[in-house]
Amino acid sequence: MTKISEFIQKINQSNKKALSIFLTAGFPSKENFVDIALSIVENGADMLEIGIPFSDPLADGPTIQFSSQMSLKNGVSLKDVFNYCEKIKSKTEKPLILMGYANPILKFGIKNFCNNALHSGVSGLIVPDVPLEEYESFYDNEFKNFEKILLTTPTSSDKRIQEIDQKSEGFVYCVSVTGTTGTRNNFDENVITNLKRTYSLVSKNKMLIGFGISKPDDIKKFSPYCDGVIVGSAVIKKLRETEDIKEVVNFVKSLHDAC
Amino acid sequence: MNTQSVYNFPDINGKFGIYGGKFVPETLISALDDLEKTYLELKNNNEFQNELSSLQKEYNGRPTPLTFAKRLTEYFGKAKIYLKREDLCHTGAHKLNNALGQILLAKKLGKTRIIAETGAGQHGVATATVCAKFGLKCVVYMGEVDIERQKLNVFRMKMLSAEVVPVTSGSRTLKDATNEAIRDWVTNVANTHYIIGSVVGPHPYPMIVRDFQSIIGIETKEQILNYERKLPNYILACVGGGSNAMGIFYPFVNDKNVNLIGVEAAGYGLDSGKHCATLTLGEPGIFQGMKTYLLQDENGQVSEVHSISAGLDYPGVGPEHSLLKDIKRVKYFSVTDDEALEATILLSKLEGILPALETAHAVAYLNKLMPETSKDEIVVVNISGRGDKDLNTIINQIGDKIL
Repeated sequence: MTKISEFIQKINQSNKKALSIFLTAGFPSKENFVDIALSIVENGADMLEIGIPFSDPLADGPTIQFSSQMSLKNGVSLKDVFNYCEKIKSKTEKPLILMGYANPILKFGIKNFCNNALHSGVSGLIVPDVPLEEYESFYDNEFKNFEKILLTTPTSSDKRIQEIDQKSEGFVYCVSVTGTTGTRNNFDENVITNLKRTYSLVSKNKMLIGFGISKPDDIKKFSPYCDGVIVGSAVIKKLRETEDIKEVVNFVKSLHDAC
Repeated sequence: MNTQSVYNFPDINGKFGIYGGKFVPETLISALDDLEKTYLELKNNNEFQNELSSLQKEYNGRPTPLTFAKRLTEYFGKAKIYLKREDLCHTGAHKLNNALGQILLAKKLGKTRIIAETGAGQHGVATATVCAKFGLKCVVYMGEVDIERQKLNVFRMKMLSAEVVPVTSGSRTLKDATNEAIRDWVTNVANTHYIIGSVVGPHPYPMIVRDFQSIIGIETKEQILNYERKLPNYILACVGGGSNAMGIFYPFVNDKNVNLIGVEAAGYGLDSGKHCATLTLGEPGIFQGMKTYLLQDENGQVSEVHSISAGLDYPGVGPEHSLLKDIKRVKYFSVTDDEALEATILLSKLEGILPALETAHAVAYLNKLMPETSKDEIVVVNISGRGDKDLNTIINQIGDKIL
């Protein structure tokens, strides 16, 4: 069992689902990002997924696109991202996962990227534009010390989900709907059918559900079919709407309570 | 690979050497697999090919002529210049060659909704046209900047019943329109086919678009052999994403004595930071589903680029061009906005052909190439599209000099 999956296992053993919160590095501001991230970790997030800002985030909806653009506008680079991770990790034992598109990683230099990420205490990686087909071409030996988290979607076949489960480490990221990241007002019955199907096929790993989850009710609805949930856009939306970190923290607490 | 061996790309993994591939979100994989499987079945299916041939002939107006450019040849006083007239395709550019092929594919795939991205609007018009002909719903993503500079084509798309969605993110040009189209496809993949307009994106698109466009080169070969009993010495084509160039180059790739030249947009100049000369100044990266040469900053963020021609205003390039550059089978150069504008006037005055600003980049390179040629040589320029759509831009730039 990997470090991240052991961590999820412990949470599940106390009859809870794991809550992973996605934040775009350096949003809403370069200066207070670490403080905000730590408040979120201290108030209910079991894991943090830190997004590396990218100019062309294909899998993301308007909210994360906006945060990514603002972050780039503020001059956030990969070096800043590693600094944030190092500072956060010095205050918490909870796992840190990096989510980033392939190109900035490639440009930084894979060896350089891996050395910096390891040094900063990062345990896992999610690269949404590297599917199974490109796994070997992208994840060379340098990545061996990271848990490489792959995604399933409603369009993944049964056989493919099993292959993704075999290749994935840390957990399997089950994308609840077709589409980009961002809150959904409601989920149709097909979503539950698909989550049940995917959960039954994932055997090696823990499975976390992400995309569209924005409120405690969503978590309650999906809890039976997963080992944890990932919430991103809904938290970033709160960070965009209010300067009062207490509101954001209370929101994360409410998500944690629903887990 | 060396150029002695027979060129056979992409490989079974959809790679052109190290380029190409499928760098896309998981949601799209099954649609790409279906597309590849269906295309490979239909590629050798006589019924499908006959239907496409008939459409190319009866609807698109193919074969397009290969016109001897007598006055242009006299102007340079060197090699004979021929023009491959893709500007005479229905809707005014080579784009319809691909749109017709892909709409037939979409029908076979059972898709009911079509999306496309467009820069200059020619691909949007071509897609809207085939959707009108086949009665499918059509949504075209277009950057706000391009909507402004290509008003005429926006109007044409709307007349053809397409919905034109303005894209306000990033540089508000082709790159961002493509991002939005991909996001739409990720969301609506069950009923939607994405007609990509160039030899870009994830496998199998670069292969499919190249194959549908290679009719340009196949016809050129037959026509030039008929006129001159020999192959040309040089073929010139403009390169943004690179579909007209791949279309005319591909059938000649194994003909080693034919020099293939791609011409990119140097915008305000290669050292201005405002250009889109991807193969000249870019480096390999991963972008919009493919590994390819890319204009990017030191952090791997995709550059905002510039060209006077909306169709070339793109920071990436088709992955096959990246391979052809590396193996030195095609040489890539660039010309500036001003040189392209001058070439637009030159071709109009000497041959009565108003080229698209994209095409004018290829024409402009004649100034550099022709002095190196001799009278017994032959140059073919791919006239990828006509310039009516660019009149607003041309009037704004140099209208006072002409009027």
